[in-house]
Amino acid sequence: MAFDSCVNGRHIGPFFRGAWGAIRQYDFSSVGTMGINLKGQIVMKNLVLKGALAASALVLLANAASAATLDDVKKKGFLQCGVNTGLPGFASPNDKGEWSGFDVDYCRAVAAAVFGDPTKVKYTPLSAKDRLPALQSGEIDVLIRNTTWTLSRDEQGFDFTGVNYYDGQGFMINSKKLSGINSALQLSGASVCVQAGTTTELNLADYFKANKMEYNPVVFEKVEEVNAAYDSGRCDAYTTDQSGLYAYRLALTAPDDHIVLPEIISKEPLGPVVRQGDQQWADIIRWTHYALLTAEELGITKANVEELAKGDSPEVKRVLGQEAGTKLGTDLGLTNDWVVNIVKAVGNYGEIFDKNLGSGSPLKIARGINAQWSKGGLQYAMPIR
Amino acid sequence: MASQDITPVGKDSAKVSLLNDPKFRGYIFQAVAVLVIAGLVYWMVNNTIANLQRANLASGFGFLDGRSGFDISSSPYLAYSSDSTYLQALWVGILNTLTVAFAGIITATIIGFIIGIGRLSHNWLIRKICTVYVEVFRNIPPLLVIFFWYSGVLSVLPQARQSISLPFNTFLNNRGFFFPAPVFGEGAWLAGVGLLVGIAGTFFVRRWAYKRQMATGQQFPVGWTSLGLIVGLPVLALAIKGFPLSFDYPVLGAFNLKGGSQVGPEFMSLFLALSFYTAAFIAEIVRAGIRGVGKGQSEAAHALGLRAGPTTRLVVVPQAMRIIIPPLTSQYLNLTKNSSLAVAIGYPDLVAVGGTILNQTNRSIEVVTIWLVVYLSISVLTSLFMNWFNAKMALVER
Repeated sequence: MAFDSCVNGRHIGPFFRGAWGAIRQYDFSSVGTMGINLKGQIVMKNLVLKGALAASALVLLANAASAATLDDVKKKGFLQCGVNTGLPGFASPNDKGEWSGFDVDYCRAVAAAVFGDPTKVKYTPLSAKDRLPALQSGEIDVLIRNTTWTLSRDEQGFDFTGVNYYDGQGFMINSKKLSGINSALQLSGASVCVQAGTTTELNLADYFKANKMEYNPVVFEKVEEVNAAYDSGRCDAYTTDQSGLYAYRLALTAPDDHIVLPEIISKEPLGPVVRQGDQQWADIIRWTHYALLTAEELGITKANVEELAKGDSPEVKRVLGQEAGTKLGTDLGLTNDWVVNIVKAVGNYGEIFDKNLGSGSPLKIARGINAQWSKGGLQYAMPIR
Repeated sequence: MASQDITPVGKDSAKVSLLNDPKFRGYIFQAVAVLVIAGLVYWMVNNTIANLQRANLASGFGFLDGRSGFDISSSPYLAYSSDSTYLQALWVGILNTLTVAFAGIITATIIGFIIGIGRLSHNWLIRKICTVYVEVFRNIPPLLVIFFWYSGVLSVLPQARQSISLPFNTFLNNRGFFFPAPVFGEGAWLAGVGLLVGIAGTFFVRRWAYKRQMATGQQFPVGWTSLGLIVGLPVLALAIKGFPLSFDYPVLGAFNLKGGSQVGPEFMSLFLALSFYTAAFIAEIVRAGIRGVGKGQSEAAHALGLRAGPTTRLVVVPQAMRIIIPPLTSQYLNLTKNSSLAVAIGYPDLVAVGGTILNQTNRSIEVVTIWLVVYLSISVLTSLFMNWFNAKMALVER
């Protein structure tokens, strides 16, 4: 379609792209009033109501949940992946506009599994507030944007396919200015910077209430605004997932002045999200995660994957799709060498972690509870067989 | 041609066919238009409900009774906590929007009138300063003006420990403006009564003075009398009760100044930005209005012996107001709608609070509907008030 090439290109803002993405999914066969649709849709966009994206999609357009996402992705030739607008270590663009990070490598892994080519991904940077509406409206195929798995999100038309990072919410303060403070329980009366529309915002309210402390929330919609406000001294403390705190600390004017307090006040299991109702697509994302974990468990790395595929360990051969007459990959809707493609493209889970978050990155986050189950962590892959 | 003329349309050739009756055709077209629009609306609503059900999204506004779970930084009128409902959170947002819009409208009008009249001043310097003001603020997007106040002025103020001390125990730092809060003791209600009596008294004095001037030509110092009534009566009431009024002064706490009242930098920057931005447009409207009054009017007033002050007050301004009010209404509406830019600096207005609710509950349609309805209501009410004011100021033919 001629529309597709122009709509998915760069010359249309994400706003209109979102609108058009929604319009494309409309079942035009039932009613022939597209002009009005299009117009109505664009009028809504002009209201600068970001939340209107999903709303208008629902008002005017049929939803895409029942469509086979895998077929759509294969047809358009790339994966549209929703990521963070800029969280070092998880997803951030460099000065050339190339994305990198832990979540970005997951996007690349999915693209490698589907196309055998990790470069066939386009990224949609999303704020916390816009991420789920963008998935709902069909603007993106999968959301891999440090999103916490909660019951209410799971039942509202979304499916979480696993936990790629176990996180917890913490606090960061300027230890130079607030030298006497070494616990979050001393923060009564503080102004706390927090991002709007996150589980973090709710945990913060719960924590201060449970400990009978007062605080003054300073709430922004965009991460960049929260960072700037904290850096300028508008707030005494900054709260978000601990991995995020370590990442944002690097971007502050004087990172060494700031400490992350020891308390972890919540469970934040972060994972990829898809629309509910497409089991096949959810399975592909889920098993991509397990493939990365299994590869680490079996010692399959980016460097040795091709060599091991020719080896004779039955387990490794089965996982890499070299078993005679195997249908593991094709049953998933992929090719049988899908795990080879994934590991060749991004490495295994441990490699991704070290490169983006661990010792190989400026963040230097310890594996902690994200270690393999066999090493005292929580990461546990279901068997690929 | 001729044969067509002969063919009768109806039996009575003098009577025009209904189809050719312009009135009847008008009705038909209107009925068709109404049917088409009603059909469209029906289809949209149906489609929405069907899609919501397919997407597993329960619709309805029942979710507004749920516990919100988040806190809001500024709730000056309602007692709000994370235990309050989503509906109460929305009310906080609506009241915050109304507060900043109302305060902004008043300040913008005052600044706008001063600048607008300044642009017509005989003093070269004043005229040029006002021109520069208008051209600068009129040509900058309002969002940038908000950022200018927030990041450029208020966030570079000193930290709480180095607060700038101002007269009357007020303080300014990067957490906002702090001032003593009055604490009313027993018997302070009498001061409120005094204030009401003062306002009512002013009203009657004004009417009496007007009637007397019409009858006798004698003037009465209404302004000074009103000031005396409105300020004097409450003070007198307090004196009778032995001044049951104390102040809660802001003092330095562990993190910030504690006690007293506080206006956050988010409100201040939004309020200042909206006021200064809209004032530029109001200034131009005022200038146009004054220019629109014929020169002959003031010349005639001078010829009748009126001095410059009364000429402006009694002859020029009342006529200028007729030109000023309609476009002024649009500016008030613009200011109210621009207040939704609050979301960029974290002021909890309707859009910011609604956005949080939208994200926590995933009820896009409902929240967007609430946004539309509330802004529409505020705008319609503002318009109605301004139309009433316009009708009152309109030319009365005698």
